[in-house]
Amino acid sequence: MKEKLVLIGNGMAGVRTLEELLKVAPDLYDITVFGAEPYGNYNRIMLSPVLAGEKTIDEIMLNDEQWYIDNHITLHKGKEVINIDRSAQKVIASDGTKASYDRLLMATGSTPFIIPCPGHELEGVIGFRDIHDVDKMLEAAKQHQHAVVIGGGLLGLEAANGLMQQGMKVTVLHLMDTLMERQLDSVAGKMLRKSLEDRGLEILMQASTKEIKGQDHVQSVLLEDGREIPAELVVMAVGIRPNIALAEKVGIHCERGIVVNDTMQTFDPKVYAVGECVQHRGQVYGLVAPLFEMGKVCANHLAKMGIGRYEGSMTSTKLKVTGIDLFSAGDFTGGEDTEELVFQDASRGVYRKLVVQDNKLKGAVMYGDTIDGSWYFDLMRDATDISDFRENILFGQAHLGDSGHGDENRIAMMADSAEICGCNGVCKGDIVKAITDKKLFTLEDVRAHTKASSSCGSCTGLVESLLAHTVGGDYSVAPHLKPLCACTEHTHDEIRATIKEKELKSIRSVMDFMEWKTPDGCSKCRPALNYYVMCAWPDAGSDDGQSRFINERAHANIQKDATYSVIPRMWGGGTTPEELRAIADVAEKFNVKTVHVTGGQRIALYGLKKHELPVIWNDLNQAGMVSGHAYGKALRTVKTCVGKEWCRFGTQDSTQLGIELEKMTWGSWTPHKYKMAASGCPRNCAEATIKDFGVVCVDSGYELHVGGNGGIKVRATDFLCAVSTEEEVLEYAAAFMQVYREQAHYLERTAPWIERVGLAHVKEQIVDDADNRVALAERFHFSQKFAQDDPWQQRAQGAEKHEFEPLKQLNA
Amino acid sequence: MSENWIEIGTLSDIPRLGARVVESKQGDIAVFRTADDEVFALRDKCPHKGGPLSQGIVHGKRVACPLHDWKINLDSGLAVAPDEGCAAYYPVKLEGDAVFLSLTPNEGCPN
Repeated sequence: MKEKLVLIGNGMAGVRTLEELLKVAPDLYDITVFGAEPYGNYNRIMLSPVLAGEKTIDEIMLNDEQWYIDNHITLHKGKEVINIDRSAQKVIASDGTKASYDRLLMATGSTPFIIPCPGHELEGVIGFRDIHDVDKMLEAAKQHQHAVVIGGGLLGLEAANGLMQQGMKVTVLHLMDTLMERQLDSVAGKMLRKSLEDRGLEILMQASTKEIKGQDHVQSVLLEDGREIPAELVVMAVGIRPNIALAEKVGIHCERGIVVNDTMQTFDPKVYAVGECVQHRGQVYGLVAPLFEMGKVCANHLAKMGIGRYEGSMTSTKLKVTGIDLFSAGDFTGGEDTEELVFQDASRGVYRKLVVQDNKLKGAVMYGDTIDGSWYFDLMRDATDISDFRENILFGQAHLGDSGHGDENRIAMMADSAEICGCNGVCKGDIVKAITDKKLFTLEDVRAHTKASSSCGSCTGLVESLLAHTVGGDYSVAPHLKPLCACTEHTHDEIRATIKEKELKSIRSVMDFMEWKTPDGCSKCRPALNYYVMCAWPDAGSDDGQSRFINERAHANIQKDATYSVIPRMWGGGTTPEELRAIADVAEKFNVKTVHVTGGQRIALYGLKKHELPVIWNDLNQAGMVSGHAYGKALRTVKTCVGKEWCRFGTQDSTQLGIELEKMTWGSWTPHKYKMAASGCPRNCAEATIKDFGVVCVDSGYELHVGGNGGIKVRATDFLCAVSTEEEVLEYAAAFMQVYREQAHYLERTAPWIERVGLAHVKEQIVDDADNRVALAERFHFSQKFAQDDPWQQRAQGAEKHEFEPLKQLNA
Repeated sequence: MSENWIEIGTLSDIPRLGARVVESKQGDIAVFRTADDEVFALRDKCPHKGGPLSQGIVHGKRVACPLHDWKINLDSGLAVAPDEGCAAYYPVKLEGDAVFLSLTPNEGCPN
């Protein structure tokens, strides 16, 4: 017989937990849900747009009753649970309905705080919390003129804006001297106030309510200073309190909220709690992203997997008032040991303040232009060292050479037919439709349902903006909790550390030890695991060909028509008449349609059939050429100029240096493709400053540059250091490559990796610590012992023969 | 319906979590082998842009197309949602180690 799970509270947090549970363990429990409200499950954070008339209630429903039926969940709606018999493991609802449980999940949410001033119980005084409140406000807007909103925080301003949209004259009373003081500093608060007043809101600051006056129905609000404001509707939006009445009544330990541990269990381990009703590590949350993170962890534990832990959330805020862009996150007030970076352009209405501590971003407030909000948020969550781009950080990510982002207003203006994701041909309308129809909240959800941003990722910023614009609120989930893929709860870093620590030398052993959720992974995790195993154990790891992408399995690049291209290595971009002749002979012999010079100084042959490959390689091998690895997550090319041998400006023998770099590094597998270049002088003809590792020769020696690429987002390199000998260049090159190989996530190029961990982190290991540099270089060279075999030669001699031959040729 | 079974090789000819191609007059057919030694056959053309499914990564009862990473169900030929489309599905059976294929695709798939 199945165990019984009872959920108290049919809101976003509880139902999200059920959804997560059904994903990982669909048949584990008989589930019963009690909800006090007479509705299904709806998106509470979208109440503001409903009030403002931008959405209807139907549009914000998350799960209709059919969903409960489809998932065999018993739903008791409109029934409030009034008691829990913990010894008998039963819950009792107000109408006498009982349900017994093996495990109980409390998601009782929170209640609006009502100031107990005289008159607070009058007709027309309400909170802003549920559909019922919104209905009342919409009703009042039809009949009455004047509304007072008490509370100039996030919720209060959204309510005020909504009522104003409905045609009421609205006055906001705020006790403090800054609007949204928990999210904004005084400068941004003033800008917000001006903008709201320009729209027609009346805002009274330091306004303390003395009394709400009226007979049966509210008529006015009296302030301590004697002012009296007419009002037929008063909305109290001064804060929310975790709803802990039931938990307290039945003896579950509560402080401000129901106290839970990292697995979302209360002091009664059979009883879990998630959402706004809980207090975790001293924090209570009122935003949506933490609730979802909690739900995921709780579901994991309910599913008896026991590997998820909730470690708290960092949150950010946006105001859902159309046309006002503000963003805040983290600790933006700062203190004695923090520094503030401020940018202010009053005429454009733009303001941003960043709080920095120990070269890490701690908090941000932005007003007027919030395009960089998600970037700042990422820098905070990843604790990125910003010292190397500190002088530009206020101007935003675009000023770091990242050209891939657009802002939210631009997104709003775009036509529905505008293409957002060029890789998968997904346009704005498709994404917005999926977000609203399928109730999506996270980037991952959007990727799964629309494919947008799931390929090259350059449109990720646009998709995030669309999400923020469509959903509102905070949709994002902390990346340090982000698993490698849906097959596991573990992150890239956890997996890499475990492979080393537990000496896991095959994909199978990693999946078994780390409790993979799928029998044999997916096309996302298997190539990553294969790489991680081989990087950690170059000698003893077992390389799994079936977990490599076809390009690496067949050592040629698959093209759109299922033919392949072949690119022989040309060391440092040099070639000889013999090599050229051999390439020409192969091209002629196999009737090659296209011979093309690549961007990396190589000659490529296109349109080859798979079964022809071993024969072609044999011919090229005979002429002394080996695979260029132009298909792999591997060292690709080392681009060079002709250096001092020919060039009148050349300072060093950059061509020979390039050849030596390539001889040292060829054959090595890396998290993503890896390119190098060596330029003979600062004119930089080999374009070394947009390579993963670039050398620019100067009179005094060699400048080393890292983390550049000419990819989707062009990024110029960061300057690593200058050295004076070729030996040093080679040592630094090997060490840098090894740090990248050991620490980056699979499919992360050096550019995003360096932006994630910070250049300082890389410098510490390579420039500042000579012993570590030597050790890294040694590990690189050790790994190369096993990697520097020409795969073409092996296959020309018959290795993996089955890969290139049909199983059977039929005449039928 | 009587299928004309054709012996195409042995199970061990096909790599686990991999595929081999059978060439026929009606085009290439990809024959897959899962981790559990189940065998499936699909027309070697992704319903998206015709990518050779035989070259993809096999996981569970699915294959990821090597061109644009569409996932196709091996036991039906249907693309995994949100993608839509279908690669023709051919009957296969194992007798001992021998693999037999029928060249009559299951109905219902236009591809």
